[in-house]
Amino acid sequence: MVMFAFRRFLQLIPVFFGATLLVYFLVFATPGDPIAALSGGKPMAPAVEAALRAQYNLDQPFWIQYGLYLKNLVTLNLGQTFSGQEVSAVIARAYPVTARLAIMALAIEAIFGVLFGVIAGLRKGKLFDSTVLVASLVVIAVPTFVLGFVLQLVVGVKLGWARPTVSGAAPWNELILPAVVLGLVSLAYVIRLTRTSISENMNADYVRTATAKGLSRRRVVVVHILRNSLIPVITFLGADLGALMGGAIVTEGIFNVPGVGNLLYKAILKGESATVVAVVSILVIVFVVANLIVDLLYAWLDPRIRYV
Amino acid sequence: MNVNERNTPMNDAETPLLEIRDLAITFDTSNGPVNAVRNAHLTIMPGETVAIVGESGSGKSTTALSAIGLLPSNGRVSGGQILFDGEDITHASEKRIIELRGNSIGMVPQDPMSNLNPVWKIGFQVKETLKANGLAGANSKDRVAEVLAEAGLPDAAARAKQYPHEFSGGMRQRALIAIGLACRPRLLIADEPTSALDVTVQRQILDHLDTMTTELGTAVLLITHDLGLAAERAEKVVVMYKGQVVESGPALEILRNPQHPYTQRLVNSAPSLSSRRLQSEKSKTAETQLTKPAVVAAPVATADDHIVQVSNLTKVFKIRGALGKSTDFKAVDDVSFDVKRGTTMAIVGESGSGKSTVAQMALSLLTPTEGNIKFDGVDVTSLRGKALFDFRRRVQPIFQDPYGSLDPMLNIYRTIEEPLKIHKIGDSKSREKKVRELLDQVSMPAATMHRYPNELSGGQRQRIAIARALALNPDLIICDEAVSALDVLVQAQVLNLLAELQEDLGLTYLFITHDLAVVRQIADNVTVMQKGRVVESGTTDEIFANPSQSYTQDLLNAIPGATLLA
Repeated sequence: MVMFAFRRFLQLIPVFFGATLLVYFLVFATPGDPIAALSGGKPMAPAVEAALRAQYNLDQPFWIQYGLYLKNLVTLNLGQTFSGQEVSAVIARAYPVTARLAIMALAIEAIFGVLFGVIAGLRKGKLFDSTVLVASLVVIAVPTFVLGFVLQLVVGVKLGWARPTVSGAAPWNELILPAVVLGLVSLAYVIRLTRTSISENMNADYVRTATAKGLSRRRVVVVHILRNSLIPVITFLGADLGALMGGAIVTEGIFNVPGVGNLLYKAILKGESATVVAVVSILVIVFVVANLIVDLLYAWLDPRIRYV
Repeated sequence: MNVNERNTPMNDAETPLLEIRDLAITFDTSNGPVNAVRNAHLTIMPGETVAIVGESGSGKSTTALSAIGLLPSNGRVSGGQILFDGEDITHASEKRIIELRGNSIGMVPQDPMSNLNPVWKIGFQVKETLKANGLAGANSKDRVAEVLAEAGLPDAAARAKQYPHEFSGGMRQRALIAIGLACRPRLLIADEPTSALDVTVQRQILDHLDTMTTELGTAVLLITHDLGLAAERAEKVVVMYKGQVVESGPALEILRNPQHPYTQRLVNSAPSLSSRRLQSEKSKTAETQLTKPAVVAAPVATADDHIVQVSNLTKVFKIRGALGKSTDFKAVDDVSFDVKRGTTMAIVGESGSGKSTVAQMALSLLTPTEGNIKFDGVDVTSLRGKALFDFRRRVQPIFQDPYGSLDPMLNIYRTIEEPLKIHKIGDSKSREKKVRELLDQVSMPAATMHRYPNELSGGQRQRIAIARALALNPDLIICDEAVSALDVLVQAQVLNLLAELQEDLGLTYLFITHDLAVVRQIADNVTVMQKGRVVESGTTDEIFANPSQSYTQDLLNAIPGATLLA
């Protein structure tokens, strides 16, 4: 297992370089001159322009620029926004908000998704199963922004149970409603995945053997059906964790959550390449690490994986 | 109660350990209720071994599993009684059944590959059995090792820390036997405990199971499709057919003097009990009329007319190891043999012996690493383009799994027509005529051509696979375990069909199998393979009468029931 974890960790290195190179190259290849953009399209003195190019290393070849960018990334020297703030400070403010939101959404998905999925799977074809199936289908079919606005109106405005929008500090309790919206769609997928997986494993030969050994029903379900059924679910949840950590542009937009999604969206609109590159680079790292966690969990759940 | 007891035929005053009376089991399907078992009777005395014999779908497993409440969720006991040690457990509570399971009634399931949970260590799976039945004390770890060692697992303490995928099939079955007997049940239900294993392993496991249950005084309910095996291992045999018990009694009596027509057919066609090569009906009559055996010999041409010549054949596979290193694995090692035109050559061996790799090379689906295969004097590996296409017409395969080898999306007509179409033989009218002829040859009604594979039984599908192979008038048919997946009676039918077709069409067969009993019935010559090498070859009669290698001897001894009728 330790060997597996180490080997899997080594695989991160080429992924990190490949992904950051791609990100940097894309920004490099984007049409438009950042210096011209800085001056608002007005003509600029050649000496000033040259000085600015030198300041931002834009006169250097691509590989040197990429190297400098990596160095800055490692030392967390991520540059400045147009308004002169340190990008690292901006991200440091936005990231905890997104992380809180993501953790809550993931918890909702994992807890309720697996719970409903297990019950539906064990009682396949019964009333609970059919109800959950229809409900999950509805949730999957309705777009997030519709769900978001409806819940905002009903729960936030009409019932007044929660603040319709999130305040600047974005504390946990204000993030519950956006987390529910964010988690609902994936929740429906988790339910369906768990249900299928459970009902498949219920008929597995080793489950019958476990029953024949004289185990209680509860132990058969928890020890023999559940663990085996969670393997595909974990894969889905892990990929989803990466996506959630990347910020939810639509949901954060609806509830005015000051998270990474919002930050990235505004930076792209303003053409703040320093912010965009920094945020995307960090997202790459987060995504890669999330995948590493999934792989390790996967290997922990299924011993056959460890030796491949 | 008293009336019942008096009515039950019993030789002594002992209470039967398990008694099944008038049992009926019904499955609720989407097409309404199906009666899987009707009027089943069965009595097992303490310490006795009773076998239920029948083909797949006969209700033998269903009957046995009902005794520990393991029917599938849509099945239910719809009549009769199940008595365990005098206690009626037909409709016992879930709690009572759980008490009985493991403790009083153990089970060894059929397929060792799928019956251990892949994510838990072997030791854990044994230990939880002990725990669930209140037998895991402070030294449960030692007890686990003990139980595993008893089941014949070497180095049990270390093995207990391994996962199922690190075990071979035979070792897994030993672990399952350990689990089944861990709590010293009074009855063990063994559901085809070895049918998924190689013959020699099969014998070891059954011997071991025998010894253990005799020592512990455990009664065994053995479920099997093999009458020979049942007769060899059990004191009493119960024959089931289409959900009903058609005959029961002492094992040898049933074998020597079967009363019910189905049992008679089963005894006659059990491959393990047969002692001669199959001949078609036609040649059998010829034999009796002319009393001149020389005439009936298969159309064997002159001595050196070899259709297939295999010389020094070697195949090396690269196996990916740790850290990108690869090791060589010699699947086939310096194999040579010749096949005479119009005869059957059987290649026999256990799984992993390389016999199927030889077949794939003979079909030119794999390229040999060294050596060559000559078909009609031409090296198969040198064939390209048109010549290879022609070779593919003349050599046809029949594979093991008739469920997997027919395309489920094509109906039978298109399945059989496809090779004709590809090789541009005839027009659509003549092709349809040919398909009708072929179906007739394999004794299937012409109406079958509009049906799909999933509507046919296993035996019928294998007939279709044979018809498809025959469509191009091949010279050589390579049968890779062609009858292994079939029930005994169906197997006999298909083997008879193959023998008849050989006679009529002068076909040559290369028959790959693990089952020496089948070899006896179909082959003229035998090549025995072990670990990629040929260990022995000769005519079937020579090999069976006088095997010179101990491995061949082991294989022969492993045929269940071989000595019972001799």
